[in-house]
Amino acid sequence: MKVLLVDDSRTMRNIQKKVMEQFGPMEFSEAADGVEALSVIAATPQGFELILIDWNMPHMDGHTLVLRIREKDKLTPLIMVTTESEKQRVVDAIKAGVNNYVIKPFTPDQLIGRVKQTLEKRKAAA
Amino acid sequence: MSQAPPEMAPTINPKLIVPFVNAVRSVFAKMVGVQTTLERPHVKTFPAPTYDVSSIIGFSGDVIGSVVVSFQRAAAEKLVEAFAGMAIAYDSPDFADAVGELANMIAGGAKKHLGHAAAITVPSVILGAGHVIARLSDVPCIVIPGTTPVGAFALEISIKQLKAPQVNDN
Repeated sequence: MKVLLVDDSRTMRNIQKKVMEQFGPMEFSEAADGVEALSVIAATPQGFELILIDWNMPHMDGHTLVLRIREKDKLTPLIMVTTESEKQRVVDAIKAGVNNYVIKPFTPDQLIGRVKQTLEKRKAAA
Repeated sequence: MSQAPPEMAPTINPKLIVPFVNAVRSVFAKMVGVQTTLERPHVKTFPAPTYDVSSIIGFSGDVIGSVVVSFQRAAAEKLVEAFAGMAIAYDSPDFADAVGELANMIAGGAKKHLGHAAAITVPSVILGAGHVIARLSDVPCIVIPGTTPVGAFALEISIKQLKAPQVNDN
Protein backbone atom coordinates (compact mmCIF):
# COMPACT_ATOMS: atom_id res chain seq x y z
CA MET A 1 0.00 0.00 0.00
CA LYS A 2 1.31 3.45 -0.91
CA VAL A 3 1.10 5.79 2.07
CA LEU A 4 2.12 9.43 2.46
CA LEU A 5 3.06 10.57 5.99
CA VAL A 6 2.92 14.33 6.57
CA ASP A 7 4.30 15.50 9.92
CA ASP A 8 7.01 18.02 10.82
CA SER A 9 8.44 15.57 13.36
CA ARG A 10 10.61 12.90 11.78
CA THR A 11 10.34 10.90 15.00
CA MET A 12 6.56 10.87 14.67
CA ARG A 13 6.76 9.80 11.02
CA ASN A 14 9.08 6.95 12.01
CA ILE A 15 6.70 5.86 14.76
CA GLN A 16 3.80 5.92 12.31
CA LYS A 17 5.83 3.81 9.88
CA LYS A 18 6.57 1.18 12.53
CA VAL A 19 2.92 1.01 13.55
CA MET A 20 1.65 0.91 9.95
CA GLU A 21 4.08 -1.86 8.98
CA GLN A 22 2.19 -4.13 11.39
CA PHE A 23 -0.81 -3.64 9.12
CA GLY A 24 0.82 -5.07 6.00
CA PRO A 25 3.39 -4.31 3.29
CA MET A 26 3.79 -0.56 2.91
CA GLU A 27 5.55 1.84 0.60
CA PHE A 28 6.02 5.14 2.41
CA SER A 29 6.61 8.66 1.17
CA GLU A 30 7.16 11.50 3.61
CA ALA A 31 6.71 15.25 3.87
CA ALA A 32 7.51 17.67 6.71
CA ASP A 33 4.79 20.24 5.95
CA GLY A 34 1.85 20.96 3.68
CA VAL A 35 3.89 22.60 0.94
CA GLU A 36 6.24 19.64 0.70
CA ALA A 37 3.27 17.26 0.76
CA LEU A 38 1.66 18.98 -2.24
CA SER A 39 4.95 18.63 -4.13
CA VAL A 40 5.17 14.93 -3.28
CA ILE A 41 1.55 14.41 -4.35
CA ALA A 42 2.13 16.29 -7.63
CA ALA A 43 5.19 14.13 -8.30
CA THR A 44 3.25 10.91 -7.68
CA PRO A 45 0.75 10.60 -10.55
CA GLN A 46 -0.37 7.13 -9.47
CA GLY A 47 -1.50 8.69 -6.17
CA PHE A 48 -1.58 7.35 -2.62
CA GLU A 49 -3.93 4.88 -1.02
CA LEU A 50 -3.78 6.69 2.31
CA ILE A 51 -2.40 9.99 3.63
CA LEU A 52 -1.79 10.73 7.32
CA ILE A 53 -1.64 14.47 8.07
CA ASP A 54 -0.51 16.39 11.15
CA TRP A 55 -2.32 19.68 11.87
CA ASN A 56 0.35 22.01 13.26
CA MET A 57 3.24 22.30 10.83
CA PRO A 58 5.35 25.19 9.52
CA HIS A 59 4.76 26.73 6.04
CA MET A 60 1.36 25.10 5.51
CA ASP A 61 -0.73 23.48 8.23
CA GLY A 62 -2.61 20.22 7.87
CA HIS A 63 -6.05 21.80 7.69
CA THR A 64 -5.02 23.93 4.73
CA LEU A 65 -3.37 20.91 3.14
CA VAL A 66 -6.59 18.91 3.40
CA LEU A 67 -8.53 21.75 1.72
CA ARG A 68 -5.93 21.92 -1.07
CA ILE A 69 -5.97 18.16 -1.64
CA ARG A 70 -9.78 18.05 -1.73
CA GLU A 71 -9.90 20.75 -4.43
CA LYS A 72 -8.73 18.07 -6.87
CA ASP A 73 -9.06 14.73 -5.13
CA LYS A 74 -12.23 13.70 -3.32
CA LEU A 75 -11.34 10.03 -2.96
CA THR A 76 -7.94 9.44 -1.35
CA PRO A 77 -8.51 8.58 2.33
CA LEU A 78 -7.08 11.28 4.60
CA ILE A 79 -6.53 10.80 8.34
CA MET A 80 -5.64 13.76 10.55
CA VAL A 81 -3.15 12.69 13.28
CA THR A 82 -2.75 15.57 15.68
CA THR A 83 -2.62 16.87 19.24
CA GLU A 84 -5.58 19.14 18.40
CA SER A 85 -8.39 17.50 20.36
CA GLU A 86 -11.05 20.21 20.69
CA LYS A 87 -14.43 19.20 19.30
CA GLN A 88 -14.50 22.22 16.99
CA ARG A 89 -11.14 21.24 15.50
CA VAL A 90 -12.43 17.75 14.73
CA VAL A 91 -15.54 19.26 13.12
CA ASP A 92 -13.39 21.68 11.09
CA ALA A 93 -11.18 18.84 9.87
CA ILE A 94 -14.16 16.70 8.83
CA LYS A 95 -15.72 19.67 7.03
CA ALA A 96 -12.41 20.20 5.22
CA GLY A 97 -12.53 16.61 4.02
CA VAL A 98 -10.69 14.22 6.34
CA ASN A 99 -12.07 10.70 6.57
CA ASN A 100 -10.88 10.02 10.11
CA TYR A 101 -9.16 11.65 13.06
CA VAL A 102 -6.52 10.33 15.49
CA ILE A 103 -5.52 12.31 18.56
CA LYS A 104 -1.90 12.22 19.72
CA PRO A 105 -0.83 10.57 21.94
CA PHE A 106 -2.12 7.34 20.45
CA THR A 107 -1.48 3.68 21.09
CA PRO A 108 -0.50 1.48 18.12
CA ASP A 109 -3.91 -0.20 18.34
CA GLN A 110 -5.70 3.14 18.15
CA LEU A 111 -3.84 4.19 15.01
CA ILE A 112 -4.23 0.80 13.33
CA GLY A 113 -7.90 0.72 14.27
CA ARG A 114 -8.56 4.08 12.62
CA VAL A 115 -6.59 3.09 9.53
CA LYS A 116 -8.56 -0.16 9.17
CA GLN A 117 -11.86 1.64 9.71
CA THR A 118 -10.99 4.27 7.11
CA LEU A 119 -9.88 1.78 4.47
CA GLU A 120 -12.90 -0.46 5.03
CA LYS A 121 -15.27 2.50 4.58
CA ARG A 122 -13.47 3.52 1.41
CA LYS A 123 -13.66 -0.07 0.09
CA ALA A 124 -17.37 -0.29 0.90
CA ALA A 125 -18.03 3.01 -0.86
CA ALA A 126 -16.11 2.02 -4.03
CA MET B 1 0.11 57.89 55.54
CA SER B 2 -1.25 54.64 54.17
CA GLN B 3 1.04 51.65 53.87
CA ALA B 4 1.52 49.81 50.59
CA PRO B 5 -0.32 46.50 50.61
CA PRO B 6 1.90 43.48 51.25
CA GLU B 7 3.00 41.70 48.09
CA MET B 8 0.84 38.66 47.52
CA ALA B 9 2.60 35.36 47.03
CA PRO B 10 1.61 33.81 43.69
CA THR B 11 -0.99 31.11 44.06
CA ILE B 12 -1.29 27.87 42.11
CA ASN B 13 -4.50 27.56 40.12
CA PRO B 14 -5.38 23.84 39.90
CA LYS B 15 -7.35 24.48 36.70
CA LEU B 16 -4.08 25.36 34.99
CA ILE B 17 -2.16 22.44 36.49
CA VAL B 18 -4.46 19.45 36.21
CA PRO B 19 -4.64 19.42 32.37
CA PHE B 20 -0.84 19.22 32.20
CA VAL B 21 -0.64 16.50 34.84
CA ASN B 22 -3.15 14.41 32.89
CA ALA B 23 -1.41 15.12 29.58
CA VAL B 24 2.02 14.13 30.92
CA ARG B 25 0.68 10.84 32.26
CA SER B 26 -1.13 10.08 29.01
CA VAL B 27 1.81 10.91 26.72
CA PHE B 28 4.36 8.97 28.73
CA ALA B 29 2.09 5.95 29.17
CA LYS B 30 0.88 5.76 25.54
CA MET B 31 3.91 6.89 23.54
CA VAL B 32 6.89 6.08 25.76
CA GLY B 33 5.56 3.17 27.77
CA VAL B 34 6.65 4.45 31.18
CA GLN B 35 4.70 5.41 34.26
CA THR B 36 5.38 8.81 35.77
CA THR B 37 5.22 10.00 39.35
CA LEU B 38 4.45 13.68 39.73
CA GLU B 39 5.22 15.52 42.91
CA ARG B 40 3.58 18.51 44.57
CA PRO B 41 3.73 21.66 42.42
CA HIS B 42 5.59 24.68 43.73
CA VAL B 43 6.20 28.20 42.53
CA LYS B 44 9.63 28.88 41.08
CA THR B 45 10.55 32.05 42.90
CA PHE B 46 13.73 33.03 41.12
CA PRO B 47 15.36 32.43 37.76
CA ALA B 48 17.08 29.09 38.23
CA PRO B 49 18.45 26.52 35.83
CA THR B 50 16.26 23.77 34.57
CA TYR B 51 17.54 20.30 33.82
CA ASP B 52 19.89 19.55 30.89
CA VAL B 53 17.39 19.20 28.04
CA SER B 54 14.40 21.55 27.73
CA SER B 55 11.63 21.84 25.21
CA ILE B 56 9.67 25.10 25.18
CA ILE B 57 6.17 25.53 23.82
CA GLY B 58 4.63 28.99 23.57
CA PHE B 59 0.94 29.70 24.10
CA SER B 60 -1.06 32.49 22.47
CA GLY B 61 -4.69 33.48 22.10
CA ASP B 62 -6.91 32.80 25.14
CA VAL B 63 -3.80 31.62 27.00
CA ILE B 64 -0.42 33.35 26.92
CA GLY B 65 2.98 32.31 28.21
CA SER B 66 5.06 29.20 27.89
CA VAL B 67 5.43 25.67 29.11
CA VAL B 68 8.79 23.96 29.45
CA VAL B 69 9.36 20.24 29.74
CA SER B 70 12.86 19.75 31.10
CA PHE B 71 14.74 16.47 31.50
CA GLN B 72 17.93 15.19 33.05
CA ARG B 73 20.13 14.23 30.12
CA ALA B 74 20.23 10.52 31.02
CA ALA B 75 16.46 10.48 31.42
CA ALA B 76 15.97 12.27 28.10
CA GLU B 77 18.21 9.78 26.29
CA LYS B 78 16.33 6.77 27.69
CA LEU B 79 12.90 8.30 27.14
CA VAL B 80 13.71 9.29 23.56
CA GLU B 81 14.99 5.76 22.90
CA ALA B 82 11.74 4.29 24.22
CA PHE B 83 9.63 6.83 22.31
CA ALA B 84 11.42 6.51 18.98
CA GLY B 85 12.03 2.79 19.27
CA MET B 86 15.77 3.19 18.82
CA ALA B 87 18.69 5.00 20.45
CA ILE B 88 19.26 8.49 19.01
CA ALA B 89 22.52 10.36 19.52
CA TYR B 90 22.22 13.34 21.88
CA ASP B 91 23.74 15.71 19.32
CA SER B 92 21.58 14.48 16.43
CA PRO B 93 18.78 16.76 15.14
CA ASP B 94 16.47 13.78 15.59
CA PHE B 95 17.10 13.88 19.35
CA ALA B 96 15.78 17.44 19.61
CA ASP B 97 12.93 16.50 17.27
CA ALA B 98 11.86 13.66 19.57
CA VAL B 99 12.09 15.76 22.74
CA GLY B 100 10.13 18.51 21.01
CA GLU B 101 7.42 16.13 19.90
CA LEU B 102 6.95 14.84 23.46
CA ALA B 103 6.49 18.42 24.67
CA ASN B 104 4.18 19.17 21.73
CA MET B 105 1.88 16.31 22.70
CA ILE B 106 1.87 17.35 26.38
CA ALA B 107 1.04 20.99 25.59
CA GLY B 108 -1.44 19.99 22.90
CA GLY B 109 -3.19 17.57 25.24
CA ALA B 110 -3.53 20.21 27.95
CA LYS B 111 -4.58 22.99 25.57
CA LYS B 112 -8.08 21.63 25.04
CA HIS B 113 -8.92 22.36 28.67
CA LEU B 114 -7.44 25.85 28.75
CA GLY B 115 -9.27 27.84 26.11
CA HIS B 116 -10.94 27.32 22.77
CA ALA B 117 -8.93 30.00 21.05
CA ALA B 118 -5.61 28.94 22.57
CA ALA B 119 -2.82 28.12 20.14
CA ILE B 120 0.59 26.55 20.67
CA THR B 121 3.83 27.12 18.83
CA VAL B 122 6.04 24.46 17.36
CA PRO B 123 8.53 23.39 20.06
CA SER B 124 12.00 24.83 20.55
CA VAL B 125 14.58 22.60 22.23
CA ILE B 126 17.60 23.64 24.31
CA LEU B 127 20.39 21.15 25.03
CA GLY B 128 23.02 21.88 27.68
CA ALA B 129 23.36 21.83 31.44
CA GLY B 130 22.71 24.99 33.42
CA HIS B 131 20.59 26.89 30.93
CA VAL B 132 18.12 29.44 32.30
CA ILE B 133 14.86 30.21 30.51
CA ALA B 134 13.44 33.73 30.70
CA ARG B 135 9.67 34.11 30.99
CA LEU B 136 6.94 36.74 31.18
CA SER B 137 7.67 38.77 34.30
CA ASP B 138 4.04 39.04 35.42
CA VAL B 139 3.21 35.35 35.20
CA PRO B 140 4.39 33.02 37.97
CA CYS B 141 6.22 29.87 36.99
CA ILE B 142 4.80 26.72 38.54
CA VAL B 143 7.07 23.69 38.65
CA ILE B 144 5.76 20.13 38.76
CA PRO B 145 8.68 17.79 39.48
CA GLY B 146 8.35 14.35 38.00
CA THR B 147 10.17 11.05 38.03
CA THR B 148 10.20 8.09 35.70
CA PRO B 149 11.98 4.74 36.09
CA VAL B 150 14.82 6.20 33.98
CA GLY B 151 15.26 9.59 35.64
CA ALA B 152 13.79 12.92 36.57
CA PHE B 153 12.04 15.64 34.63
CA ALA B 154 10.06 18.76 35.44
CA LEU B 155 7.19 20.62 33.92
CA GLU B 156 7.46 24.40 34.24
CA ILE B 157 4.16 26.11 33.56
CA SER B 158 4.18 29.86 33.15
CA ILE B 159 0.86 30.71 31.54
CA LYS B 160 -2.01 33.09 32.12
CA GLN B 161 -5.60 32.53 30.99
CA LEU B 162 -7.02 35.63 29.33
CA LYS B 163 -10.34 33.92 28.69
CA ALA B 164 -11.59 30.75 30.32
CA PRO B 165 -13.16 28.04 28.18
CA GLN B 166 -16.96 28.40 28.06
CA VAL B 167 -17.90 24.91 27.00
CA ASN B 168 -16.48 21.64 28.16
CA ASP B 169 -15.54 19.45 25.19
CA ASN B 170 -15.54 16.03 26.77
